[in-house]
Amino acid sequence: MMIVDARGLLCPEPVVRTQRAVKDGISELTVLVDAEAAKENVTRFAASRGYAVAVQQEGVDYTLSLKKA
Amino acid sequence: METEVKLTKLSSCAGCGAKVGAGTLSKLLGDMPTHFDPNLLVGFDRSDDASVYRVSDELALVQTVDFFPPIVDDPFTFGQIAATNALSDVYAMGGEPKLALNLLCIPESMPQSAVQAMLAGGYSKVYEAGAIITGGHSIFDDVPKYGLSVTGFVHPDRFYKNHGAREGDVLFLTKPLGVGILTTAEKAEMLEAGEIDRAIQLMTTLNKGARDCAVNYRVHACTDVTGFSLMGHMLEMMQGSDLSARVETGAIEFLPRVLEFANMGLLPAGVYRNRNFAEPFVEEGDLPLKVRDALYDPQTSGGLLIAVDPQDADALERDLMASVPSTQRIGTVIAKSGKSIYLV
Repeated sequence: MMIVDARGLLCPEPVVRTQRAVKDGISELTVLVDAEAAKENVTRFAASRGYAVAVQQEGVDYTLSLKKA
Repeated sequence: METEVKLTKLSSCAGCGAKVGAGTLSKLLGDMPTHFDPNLLVGFDRSDDASVYRVSDELALVQTVDFFPPIVDDPFTFGQIAATNALSDVYAMGGEPKLALNLLCIPESMPQSAVQAMLAGGYSKVYEAGAIITGGHSIFDDVPKYGLSVTGFVHPDRFYKNHGAREGDVLFLTKPLGVGILTTAEKAEMLEAGEIDRAIQLMTTLNKGARDCAVNYRVHACTDVTGFSLMGHMLEMMQGSDLSARVETGAIEFLPRVLEFANMGLLPAGVYRNRNFAEPFVEEGDLPLKVRDALYDPQTSGGLLIAVDPQDADALERDLMASVPSTQRIGTVIAKSGKSIYLV
């Protein structure tokens, strides 16, 4: 499973890294972020590319599991 | 123009997006003493765009300050944007800027030519506004910042508050939205060459033209749309006026590709700060998420939001369309209802 660690990165970098990762058309991907804006932005990006997103939150850390719908 | 420093790489949040959120700000200022002076017509107790102080029955001073980190890489353009934005607060009060002081923060390593270009950009806009830069203050700082303290004049009976709108007023917005989203897309290197140009042209357009039209009509409230977004600034206007607004979302112009970028999550963090603050007071209806997001986009050097008497609305619209063609007629002020803003 591919993991994109975007913690500590400011917007739009988490979306840019996620975009780079999904370019090859992979069907599953995990993205780690540590800001609400990054969580929301990656969620929007994933939806726009046809991925379903499951979010797990631990404190300020979010684990986003992207799965091609 | 290419420069040795990429200015926007030095700042984490750019332009008015760097603004402290409205919620945080009101907490910070909550316990400050407010002085009473009969000549102080607008002070910071009303969170307006600038303070207004009566000097005589014919003359009041308008005083404001604004500065922020770079939103574009070209230092001359950044200087122009920062100055246009700082001058805008005086126009939002219906005043005319007269004197300006530079506020400058620069890294020691910043090339002298870039600093000079930044100042020259600011000077060009102050000159265009018919005002004079009479001095300033500069300090070293890791992140460059530039802006102005501006003093202007207005008639003490004829300045614009950001509240005081009346039921039935027509709402105008004089610049399209989406500057924050477009500059975020640019940081993500998603823009083609030239796609940022229209945003830059808007950010460097003085709100003088809009102000000069507005002063001929019965304007009841006016503010400039900056870091708190259209929703945040409109909320301030409606809450201050104790009324609500009905906004024709379809009449609002977004810059090209803004909704496309919003849809793919290229939103500045300020969108979420603004949304968290204003959303409880906004009835968003069933509009697409990308449109709702874009309405919370922090603007840098945005347009004026004007509430004008309905009898003057058509005439003001004609005048504005002639001198500020980006103007949009976006809604009306209605009786106070459960929410402060209704998007339709």
